[in-house]
Amino acid sequence: MTFISDRFGLVWIFLGLCCLYLICGCDRMDENLAGQAEAGPPAAGDTLIIGSGADAVTLLPVLASDGTSSDINGLVYNGLVRYDKDLNIEADLAERWEISPDNLTITFHLRQGVRWHDGAPFTAEDVLYTYQLLIDPKTPTAYAERYRQVASAQVLDAHTFRVRYHKPLATALISWAFSVHPRHLLEGTEITKSPLASHPVGTGPYRFVAWKRGEKIVLEANPDYYEGPPYIHRVLYRVIPDASTMFLEMQSGGLDYMGLTPLQYAMQTDTPAFRRRFRKYRYPAFAYTYLGYNLRRPIFQDKRTRQALSFAIDKQEIIDGVLLGLGQVASGPYKPGSWVHNPEVAPYRYDPNRARTLLAEAGWQDSDGDGVLDRNGQSLSFTIVTNQGNDQRVKAGEIIQRRLSEVGVKVKLQVVEWAAFLKEFINPGNFDATILGWSGGIDPDVYNVWHSSKTGPGELNFIAFKNAEVDHLLEAGRRTYDQDERKLVYDRFQEILAEEQPYTFLYVPESLPVVAARFRGIEPAPAGIMHNFIQWYVPAEEHKYSR
Amino acid sequence: MLLYLSKRLLLMVPLLLGITLISFVVIHLAPGEPTDMQTQLNPEVGVELQQRLRAQYDLDQPLMVQYGKWLGRLVRFDFGDSFSQDRRPVTAKIAERLPITILINVLSIGLILLVAVPIGIVSAVRRNSHFDRLTTIFVFIGFATPSFWLALLLMDFLGVRYGLFPIVGLKSLGYDYLSWSGQILDVLHHLVLPVFVSAFGGLAGFSRYMRANMLEVIRQDYILTARAKGLTEKAVIWKHALRNALLPVITILGLSVPGLIGGSVIFETIFAIPGMGKLFYDGVMMRDYPLIMGILVIGAVLTLVGNLLADLGYALADPRIRHS
Repeated sequence: MTFISDRFGLVWIFLGLCCLYLICGCDRMDENLAGQAEAGPPAAGDTLIIGSGADAVTLLPVLASDGTSSDINGLVYNGLVRYDKDLNIEADLAERWEISPDNLTITFHLRQGVRWHDGAPFTAEDVLYTYQLLIDPKTPTAYAERYRQVASAQVLDAHTFRVRYHKPLATALISWAFSVHPRHLLEGTEITKSPLASHPVGTGPYRFVAWKRGEKIVLEANPDYYEGPPYIHRVLYRVIPDASTMFLEMQSGGLDYMGLTPLQYAMQTDTPAFRRRFRKYRYPAFAYTYLGYNLRRPIFQDKRTRQALSFAIDKQEIIDGVLLGLGQVASGPYKPGSWVHNPEVAPYRYDPNRARTLLAEAGWQDSDGDGVLDRNGQSLSFTIVTNQGNDQRVKAGEIIQRRLSEVGVKVKLQVVEWAAFLKEFINPGNFDATILGWSGGIDPDVYNVWHSSKTGPGELNFIAFKNAEVDHLLEAGRRTYDQDERKLVYDRFQEILAEEQPYTFLYVPESLPVVAARFRGIEPAPAGIMHNFIQWYVPAEEHKYSR
Repeated sequence: MLLYLSKRLLLMVPLLLGITLISFVVIHLAPGEPTDMQTQLNPEVGVELQQRLRAQYDLDQPLMVQYGKWLGRLVRFDFGDSFSQDRRPVTAKIAERLPITILINVLSIGLILLVAVPIGIVSAVRRNSHFDRLTTIFVFIGFATPSFWLALLLMDFLGVRYGLFPIVGLKSLGYDYLSWSGQILDVLHHLVLPVFVSAFGGLAGFSRYMRANMLEVIRQDYILTARAKGLTEKAVIWKHALRNALLPVITILGLSVPGLIGGSVIFETIFAIPGMGKLFYDGVMMRDYPLIMGILVIGAVLTLVGNLLADLGYALADPRIRHS
């Protein structure tokens, strides 16, 4: 019938047009690309437009626990100290500090002449107020724990603040990197109803201008910033939840900064046109992904079994397949290249024969000929559970599943929605193995994740790892300030983890930011690229936005 | 008629109460709590702190007590404060997002009606003509095209390559500096792609629906009679047939009223439009109970009102219903 052929004819024409368009798209973005002059002198002005996948939740740092809010608060507020580009602690609102010989007291000498964005002077009273706010039971904050270990906090004079601890705490100093809140605007108000949650007032390099929820947040340079005003006059966060849309918007010129996915980095941005308009960066993120074994399960109790599993998994294959090569093999919980990372601990290389030997040593053999190893009538099969919404973990699980089947281990993969995943599996310890990741911490203290006292319901040592020496090391590691001493402690800790393999450490992913080429002064460093943001600039002749 | 209306309105109260109770219980059945997002797998948070946060949100109390408190506030038209860290009133959050979602949905329903009804009528009247076949193909494509794919294709093609339409949001960066007419044009310019994408799938369905109704109607005896009496074809179709063919469409329109606020998560996410669909989705993922309940109550009210309106519309369009 002509009816049928007509219909299909049109469908084919439509599909053909789509393909044609996809294959030979003419690059409109090639236009308007005057050759980039090499860095002109720094000039004030212009706007940086940042693409953000999620809107901020609250701009009051004590209540905020999401990434976007923290990024913005980082530009609006200051702490007493901060990490420098090499991740050493440096002065921020505190000009200098003294630590008593018994490591129990820190005295901060605060910078003078610093003003809040509303013009009020910054004093030690603000620091004391921030501390009181953090430990107030009425404040719904996720940051109280470290400040509850403070024995006393006092204002010595307008620019001197002292805290005393019950016991030495290695993370005490860096805990004062927390944003200082303005006492004169918050005291006596109900913190959850404070107007500052939507209109922050800080001491930082950028002042808050406007927040159109779900759409954008606008900041502008603080001309009175104590380090001098930033060059970039305005910072605009645009909320674009979909990663593909964000990428298209970046290409159309509506964004100057975004984080790329590995696919975008490796496959979609490697064109001359893109390279001319944008600069890509890559550096290891402060995060790692692991396969954790529930040590309460009998099959995982022999460390040779766990070592064998680690030998049987090809981590480089996961990195190549899942991250398109944009990551590195993890050997332990610390970022390769950081001071605490122990380079002597080698990652488990892919070695299926070694895995088979170790499994045989642990008593696993295929006695019933079904292709799956067994021991005393129990087969070596288990379920890996991971959370929905993280494709990388699911794909890694599939690759692991195939590799383990090659050495006679049967693995099922279960993917569960995040809240249900925590509630039903992780918190009650009701799982065999899980693929998860840890992120964030620059300080090496991982007491809450690895100490044997933290294996209760809802606590972070949910795989129930218990090792007396590790307990001792973690306690020692958080009680000293001496970096060399801490290095010895954590080096040994990494050796034990490598031997015990409670986790198979999989990979450290990379951060993949991309910035419009007109921005200069960017200095990639261990801390990333944003550490010297106030020194970024656009040469006057390349300014894109005049207001 | 007035009695009918008041009866219907009265019946809505227990119905609404039942809906809220079931919703309340069901959303609390889902594993996980609002405080989890803040505290779970966070090395800085201990168990004691988790308990304290739960107590602050009343989550440590029995479900029925929580429901009672919620209902107590609802009677005073207070939807409470959101459980997310911003703790803002639920009504403020909804009021912020509602207008834009309603605007886009009204525009897209308008577009659908404007295009689909005539297409449906013409293809029914000229069954098996070239026009009918062409629209059939169009309908197949419309049904088969996932809206996110269509959106991305249009954004890349019309937005990035040819720069004809803006890709995301509803306003340009320089919106505040435009004249008022410029601002209206700017928003309309931004609305073209989202409205087209949100209408595209519905266009296909609605025109098919209209066509089927019309075919049904023009086969009826009274149409034959009308034709036999010598009425012009125009009068037969547009005066007698159309009115009856529209009846089921009115029902569908009534039922699409709650959809006006539900919005669509997919196109709001893709076009970065801060609307109700995204708000609801985020609320569910964060287990933000007051926000979810607020949106559900509004949705329930609108569904009931929508049904009522559809019935009233029926009564107006069909004398048989009015007189019974």
